[in-house]
Amino acid sequence: MGYVLEVRNITKRFGGLVAVNNVSMGVSAGEVVGLLGDNGAGKSTLIKVISGVYKAEEGKIFFMDKEVVIDSPMDALAMGIETIYQDLALAENLNTPANIFLGREKMKKALGFLNVLDHAYMQSESRKILEKLDILIPSLRNRIRALSGGQRQAVAISRSIYWDAKFLIMDEPTAALGVAEQKKVIDTINLLKSHGIGIIVISHQMHDVFQVADRMIIMRRGEKVAELITRETNADEVVSLIVGAETVIR
Amino acid sequence: MGDRSAIVASVKAPGAFFAVLARNWSFFFLLLSVVVFSFTGRNFFALSNFQSIIHLATTSLLLACAETFVIISGGIDMSVGFILGLSAVSSASTMQILYAAGWSPLTSVCVGIAVAMAISLALGFTAGMLVARFRVPPFIATLGTQGIAIGIAYHICGGFPVGFIPPGLTEIGNGYLFYLHPPSGAWSFFARPGSIAPTQIREMVRVFPVSFFFIFLALVVLWHLLKNTRFGQHTYAIGGSMDAAVRAGINTRRHLVLVYVLSAGLAGLAGVIDLFQAGTGNYTTFGAQLELFAIAAVIIGGASLSGGKGRIAASAVGVIILKVLENGLNLSGVDPFYRYIAVGLILIVAIVVDQLFPDLF
Amino acid sequence: MTRRTGLASFLGQRWAFVFLLLELVLFSFFGGGFFSLNGFQIILFYSTTLALLATAQTFVIVSGGPGIDLSVGFVMGFATVVSAKLAAGFDRMGLAPEMSLLLAILITLAMGLLPGLVNGMLVARLKVPPFLATFAVQGITYGAALLLSSGSAAINVPNLANVIGNGYFMYWVQGRGFSFFTRPDVPRGTNVFEIVPTMVVVTVLVVAVAAFVLKRTRFGRHTYAIGGNIDAALRAGINVKRHLVIVYIISSFLATLSGIIYMLEYVTGKADAGSAFMLDAVVAVVIGGASLFGGVGSVWRTILGVLILSILEMGLKMMGVPTFDKFIAVGIILIFAVVIDQFFPELIHKED
Repeated sequence: MGYVLEVRNITKRFGGLVAVNNVSMGVSAGEVVGLLGDNGAGKSTLIKVISGVYKAEEGKIFFMDKEVVIDSPMDALAMGIETIYQDLALAENLNTPANIFLGREKMKKALGFLNVLDHAYMQSESRKILEKLDILIPSLRNRIRALSGGQRQAVAISRSIYWDAKFLIMDEPTAALGVAEQKKVIDTINLLKSHGIGIIVISHQMHDVFQVADRMIIMRRGEKVAELITRETNADEVVSLIVGAETVIR
Repeated sequence: MGDRSAIVASVKAPGAFFAVLARNWSFFFLLLSVVVFSFTGRNFFALSNFQSIIHLATTSLLLACAETFVIISGGIDMSVGFILGLSAVSSASTMQILYAAGWSPLTSVCVGIAVAMAISLALGFTAGMLVARFRVPPFIATLGTQGIAIGIAYHICGGFPVGFIPPGLTEIGNGYLFYLHPPSGAWSFFARPGSIAPTQIREMVRVFPVSFFFIFLALVVLWHLLKNTRFGQHTYAIGGSMDAAVRAGINTRRHLVLVYVLSAGLAGLAGVIDLFQAGTGNYTTFGAQLELFAIAAVIIGGASLSGGKGRIAASAVGVIILKVLENGLNLSGVDPFYRYIAVGLILIVAIVVDQLFPDLF
Repeated sequence: MTRRTGLASFLGQRWAFVFLLLELVLFSFFGGGFFSLNGFQIILFYSTTLALLATAQTFVIVSGGPGIDLSVGFVMGFATVVSAKLAAGFDRMGLAPEMSLLLAILITLAMGLLPGLVNGMLVARLKVPPFLATFAVQGITYGAALLLSSGSAAINVPNLANVIGNGYFMYWVQGRGFSFFTRPDVPRGTNVFEIVPTMVVVTVLVVAVAAFVLKRTRFGRHTYAIGGNIDAALRAGINVKRHLVIVYIISSFLATLSGIIYMLEYVTGKADAGSAFMLDAVVAVVIGGASLFGGVGSVWRTILGVLILSILEMGLKMMGVPTFDKFIAVGIILIFAVVIDQFFPELIHKED
C-alpha cells in the first residue's frame, strides 16, 4: 500500500468507556490526512496511541511497512514519529534552543573530563532549522513565554523537523493563531509535504483542512465513519458526517 | 530578565556565577544590610564575625541547595530539617557504639557517616517514589517522611543529644586554614599553634574556616549540576511543564525520585557537618523550622513555588541574608524577641519589593 | 465515566471512616477505659484546639493558590498570651472576673483579625505566595507574643476561666436531675455525671457554622470556585481580591478563637502553644480529602481527620507507647491517605 504509517483495528478503552473503536487508517509519504470529528470523537486518543502516550488494547501499528510496538513517547520519537500537541508541550520557562533539544540535549567536554551542555551548538543548530523553515524569532535566548502563539507553534514544528521526523502529527495547529500566522503554518505544512513527510492534521478549522489535506478521515464516538478524498467532497458533506447524518466510505 | 541571559551564557564559569549574583536584587539587599549593620552593630564588620556567619550557615546552605532542586522541579521538601537531625543522631550513635566497642576512631567515623547517609538516602527514595510513582503531592509525601525521620531520631537518641563520640571531630569541623597569634607572632596551618593555649583564642586571628572550603566546593558542584548537566536542564523542564518533559521522552518518574534522593542526601550531609561542628549529635527540635527557613531563602533567591525557576547562587544569597539579619540584629543589641518581628517584617518588605519591581535587576 | 462497584470500592471511598472505626476498635482492646463516655469526652476535649485550627486551614487550602496558612499556630499562641494577659490585667484592676474575661475575649478576637488582614492583603493585593506571606506573618506574630509574655507563660488569670474552660455543658446527679454549665453542689462522694465539656459544645457550634458557610453559602461556593479555577472565578465577576482577604481573616479569627479556648482550658498563655498543632492541622485537612491545589475539601471531613489524629495520639498514650512514635504513625497514615485516594481510580484507569 505504500503507507508510511498505518494503524489497523485499533481499540482503546478507559475502564468502561471505549474511546477508539476498531479504527484503521493509513498515511502515505508526502500526504496530509485530516482527522476530523467533534469533541469526544476519539481523535486525540487515537493520535496519543500512535505517539506512544497510550497503549491500545487491540490493534496493530505499522511503520514503513513493518509492524512496530510503541510503548512510550520515546519509542515513537526514536522511530521518527513526532507529535505537536494542541498545548504545544513546550516548557515555558526554557528558551527556544532548550525546547528544541528537550530530552535530546547535546553535551560537550569541558576542562577535559566534565560533560556539560553545549549551549552554543544547540543555539546555532536551532537558528539553522528556524531559517530553513523561514521562521523569524528575534532572540533565541528569550524564554518561550515571551513569544507569540505563532512563534511558539513554529518552535514546536522546528523541534519535530530538526529530529528528522518521518511522520508528523499536528493537533489543532492553527487554533488560537492570527490570520497571518495561520497562513504561515499552512505554508509550512505544504513545505513539509513536499519533503515527503507523512502528516496527520487534527483541526476544527474546515477552511485550513481543505487547504492542506489530501484525504480526510472523520470519526464519531470512537469509530471511523468516513474516509473522503478532499477534491471529491465539500464542507457541507464533511460537517454532516461529523455531526452524524450518514456514514460514507469511498 | 530574558536578554541578560545572553551575557550569562557567554561568560565562563566563575564569571557566570557572579553574574547571577548581580542579577538578583537580593544580593544588593544583602550588601545594604551589611552596610547598615556595620554602623549599628558592635563588631559586626569584623573578619571573625563574617567568617562565623558563613561557618554557621554551612548546614543551612546545604538545606537551601536541597530545596532549590526540589522547588525548581515543582515540588517542596518538608523533611530536610528533620533528616538533618536524624543524620546527626544516627551517625553519632553509630560512632559512639563502634568506638566504645574498640574500633578505631577513623573507622567508626566513616561507618557512622555511611550509616547516616544510607538512612537519609532511603528516606529520600521513599519520598521520591511516593511523588513519582504514586503521585502523592510532594508536601504530603515529605511530611510523611518527616514524621518517620522524627520518630526514628527519637528512638535512637531518646530525646538526648548523643555524645561520647570519637575525638577530633570538632577540630576538623571548626578548624581553620591559618592561625596567627599577633602578640607572639606564632602562626600555623590547620591547627592552633602549639605554643598558644586554648584560652588565648580571643587574641588570635583565624582565617578561612574549613567549612568555607567545604561549602564552596559543595556550592560549585551543585551549581554545575543544575546549570550544566542534562539533569539540571530536565529539572527545570519538569518544573516548567511536566507534560512537555514527558512528551519529550524524559523519564520523569526516575528523575523525580533522583531529585528527592538528592535533597535528602544533602540534608543527611548537613547533619554530618552539624555533628562535626557541634561535637554532639543533636536531634532537630520542633521549633527549629529549618525547612521553612531553607524554603524562604530559596524563594528570596527568586524561585517560585510553582516550579521552573531558581538558582543555587541566588538561594545561597537568600540564606546569607537571613543569617546576616539575625546576626546583625543581635549585634545591634536588638532584643531577641524583636528579632522574630524584624526578620518577618524585612522578609515582607523584601518580597513586596520583588513583587512590585520584578524587573528591577 | 467509571462505575465503582463492590464492597472494596465502597469501603475505599470511605476509608477515613473505616480507619477511624478500626482505631476505635483497636484502642478499645489494647487501652483500658477508652471505649467509655469519659474516654470519648476526653478525646473530644483534647481535639478542640486542633479542630478549630484545622477548620481555619480548610478555608485557606480550599481557596487555592496553592493556599496555606503557616501562621495559624502562632496566631493561636498570640491569642492565648493576649487573652491571658488582658484577663489577668483587668482582674488586677478590680473588675469582676466575668467582665475581665469577657473584655479580654472580645479584645483578643478583635486583635486576632489583624494577622489575617495582613496575610490577605499580602496574598491578594501584592500577589505574595501564601507560603511566604504567612511565614513572615507567623514570625511577626510569634515575636509579638514572646514580647508580650516576656518569653514565659502568662499567668494570674482569674479562676473563672478554669471553671468555664474545664466545665461541662450538662451535669446529671441521680435524684437531682440535670443542671447546666455549673457543677452542682453535692456532698462528697456523690456520683456526678459530666456530659459534654462546654468547650466542646462551643467548638462544635463554631465548626458547624464554618461548615455551613463553606458548603451552603454563596461565600463558600465562591471560595471553592476561586480555588478550582481562579481565572474562571474572576471572569464570573467574583471580587477575588476581597474574597481572599476575607478568607485569611476567617482563618486568623478561628485561630484566635482556638487560642482563647486553649487559654480557658489551661488557664495560661504561651506563645508557642500552637506550634505543635501546626502541621497536624494540615495533615487533618489532607486526610479529609482536600486537595492542596484548592477547590476541594470540606470542614466535616477535616474534622474526621482531626478525630483520627486525636484518637491516635490518645490511644497511643493510653497504650503507653512513647509519644514520638506518634510521628511515625502520623507520617504513615498521611501517606496511606493519599495513596488510597489515588489507588481506586488507578485500579480502573491504568493510564498515566
